[in-house]
Amino acid sequence: MRLDTTDRQLINLYQRELPVCERPYEEMSRQLGIAEEEVIERLQSLQDSQVLSRVGPVFEHSRAGASLLAAVAVPEEQLDLVAARVNRAPGVNHNYAREHIYNLWFVMTAPDEDTLDDRLDELEHQLRLPMLRLPMVEGYHIDLGFDIDWEALP
Amino acid sequence: MMPETAAGGPVSAWALLRLRRQLELGLPLTPRPYLTLAEMTGLSEQEVMSAIRQWQSQGLIKRLGLVVRHRTLGYTANAMVVWDIPDEQVQSLGQRLARAPFVTLCYQRPRQRPDWPYNLFCMIHGVDRQRVLDQLTTLIADHGLEQIPHDVLFSTKAYRQRGGRYVSGD
Repeated sequence: MRLDTTDRQLINLYQRELPVCERPYEEMSRQLGIAEEEVIERLQSLQDSQVLSRVGPVFEHSRAGASLLAAVAVPEEQLDLVAARVNRAPGVNHNYAREHIYNLWFVMTAPDEDTLDDRLDELEHQLRLPMLRLPMVEGYHIDLGFDIDWEALP
Repeated sequence: MMPETAAGGPVSAWALLRLRRQLELGLPLTPRPYLTLAEMTGLSEQEVMSAIRQWQSQGLIKRLGLVVRHRTLGYTANAMVVWDIPDEQVQSLGQRLARAPFVTLCYQRPRQRPDWPYNLFCMIHGVDRQRVLDQLTTLIADHGLEQIPHDVLFSTKAYRQRGGRYVSGD
């Protein structure tokens, strides 16, 4: 999706350090030289068109609760069906098909480790498919707020 | 480390949990979003803002801002590159690979032999497959990884992509 200059600026400037003050969108509007309502409208429309998943905080996963990357090896023809089942399990926030024998990769979150284990046990039992459980040992770089390379985009 | 009100009194733990739950869903798009959150959670606007600032400085909140869905913008080639690195090198190599400009995520996870021999993960978000593979070639050459077993798992479909809901659930 191609965005106009103002939308691009909005993204360039505010993937981090969104103001914490009474009227944050007003402060942003002054940076951008547009009206406060326009900032709000643009954010709403970027959300509606799925360019933004949300405006808001990204929590540090290791401090916010428990989370784990898991993968299952799914017969190719059942992939959509199994993916839908995984999505119905509580706490799944990422779920991707990938090119590998372990072809469905998802992240599950929970308030604590025990709940997470229970949820995964339950799901594994339900799916009856081989599952990898890969908790984070150490993060060297975990932040998807990288600068968008507008020139490279289609 | 319970955030405190401006007056120094304690803020209810329940109200703070309600605030985290709301925040996981995103900041309201109202002229005074922190006031909206205050009304939703039974806190004052000031209490909401000071809780958020405190969570930022404690590192519970990593960043506050626009959360982009890269796929919608055209970052459709998303490769998870996985490596089987000798244990004694994984930390230093992880730190080095994390600094490559096109590596967007980098972390260590346990192997699960025999099915899964890999212990280091790098994500490359790119606009096309060939360009991502070229970047990988660069990475291998720059860091002398020719002898390190690796695999590349491109994503073919996103079934879900959203923020973590640790306290809010589904």
